Amino acid sequence: MSNTPVLSLKGITKQFNKGTANQNTVLNQLDLEVKKGDFITIIGGNGAGKSTLLNSIAGNFMIDKGSIMLGDKNLTALKEEKRAGFIGRVFQDPVMGTAPRMTVGENLAIAYRRGKKRSLRKGTTEKERAYFKSILGELGLGLENRLDNEMGLLSGGQRQAIALLMATMNKPDLLLLDEHTAALDPKTAKIVLEITRKRIEQEELTTLMITHNMNDALKYGNRLVMLDNGQVIVDLSGEEKKNLTVADVLVLFQTATDEDGGAGQLPDELLLSR
Amino acid sequence: MDLIVTATAQGLLWGMMALGIFITYRILDLPDMTAEGSFPLGGAVCAQLIISGVNPLVATASAFVIGALAGAITGFLITKAHIPGLLAGILTMTGLYSINLRIMGRANLSLLGEEKVTDLFERFTLPSQFDTIFMGIIIVVSVITLLVLFFKTELGQAVIATGDNEKMARSLGISTNQTKILGLMLSNGLISAAGALIAQDNGYADISMGIGTIVIGLASVIIGEVIFGNLSFVNRLICVILGAIIYRFIIMFVLLIGLQPNDLKLISAIILAVCLALPSIRTKYNLNFFQKKELL
Repeated sequence: MSNTPVLSLKGITKQFNKGTANQNTVLNQLDLEVKKGDFITIIGGNGAGKSTLLNSIAGNFMIDKGSIMLGDKNLTALKEEKRAGFIGRVFQDPVMGTAPRMTVGENLAIAYRRGKKRSLRKGTTEKERAYFKSILGELGLGLENRLDNEMGLLSGGQRQAIALLMATMNKPDLLLLDEHTAALDPKTAKIVLEITRKRIEQEELTTLMITHNMNDALKYGNRLVMLDNGQVIVDLSGEEKKNLTVADVLVLFQTATDEDGGAGQLPDELLLSR
Repeated sequence: MDLIVTATAQGLLWGMMALGIFITYRILDLPDMTAEGSFPLGGAVCAQLIISGVNPLVATASAFVIGALAGAITGFLITKAHIPGLLAGILTMTGLYSINLRIMGRANLSLLGEEKVTDLFERFTLPSQFDTIFMGIIIVVSVITLLVLFFKTELGQAVIATGDNEKMARSLGISTNQTKILGLMLSNGLISAAGALIAQDNGYADISMGIGTIVIGLASVIIGEVIFGNLSFVNRLICVILGAIIYRFIIMFVLLIGLQPNDLKLISAIILAVCLALPSIRTKYNLNFFQKKELL
């Protein structure tokens, strides 16, 4: 792990419904530096700005203030589909990450061309199919012979595992995971998380992972970031993170939210996951 | 017998129009009303060019290009001006009505005595109407082949992905604005070229020939799906053509039992309504006499 920041967020501010009675500042002057090879788990209460942070980085919308640098590339004003060449992404809903009426092979093939110009060349080559088969085999879910099945026929867990392959192919500079196991049953969620860890280690990916599961937040990654009211309130890495317990995190959360008048509410699922 | 041959010939030509509808309605998942304007646009452009002495093949190809431009306008309204798809199509369609009148100069242009694409096949001395069938088959087979090849390319797959899951497509770096415009251009190009062929087959272009285009096209797509079920991509395109032919047979039957040509639009609407309602009727009464299918 070197010390060069891969992702550098400076003073990011994002407001929704600007100029109306419902004006809502979701990200408030947020700063974050991510080093190459960092695997950061992000936690925080409802409305803390976790998903908005990931959406800002991916370019779903433009931020109001601040800058987003990825390596030496300035992403701040770049459109989502232009950023996609550098950023791999898995969504919470398995339906979101894959195209249901395209086959498994076709899904992988369009992902294989992430960020590249699409021309009138063949959509999938035989060589690529062999490669897809091998990486599907590594998942250990028996998907290697289902290249020609429609994605919609697969289970949520299988689809999410494939979405993960799609996001990590071609080694993106940054991997964004937005509660990508939240919609799965606990057993499948565990399998997908293990696949996630394996892919990240294998490809040495810099990763931001939102999770609502405290145990997962502590178990995975080398760094833990807690958001509240659109700001980073806790940022622990290395030994500090390793020695952290669920009880410690709850204390940290309480102290942080007490400071701003107790407005923050710990989401139920965070408490339940203890 | 004559009627059957005519219905088949017409079905083949209308099938090409239905392929255009299939691209927007099924592949892009974007119901596009532009068709009602681009269909007569093709007829108008082609008829005017033929009358000015242009080769009928060139005139038909020109209709494709102009139709694609009409699709691009709708695409621009949807992607750049952020107008909802249905409304964008209605805007283009309405505007095209005036443009079509401008192109033709009046409401109806006769091609009587002019050279038409169908005439190219006359040297084979086929029996009456068989030249249209012959031409229809050649055109439909080449169009389907080209479409299948295109949708297997990187670009074609990107268009399919855009219709299937736009959010994912964008997260994979597909410029969904461009793929939507491309799909709309392809669709309206085909519809316009079909308008050109049908105008030549009828012997005239008419300002009102586009009324009901969407309903006829959709009916062909849905009839094909309801009868033939879930199939591979190639077979689905073929089924659109078969659907268009079956639709012509239904129309022929309706005329035979004594209804007037003026009743046809109502009949078309009823046929489409029944076809669209079939899947839910089937689920409700648990009928399994048709194959189970999954629509794209």
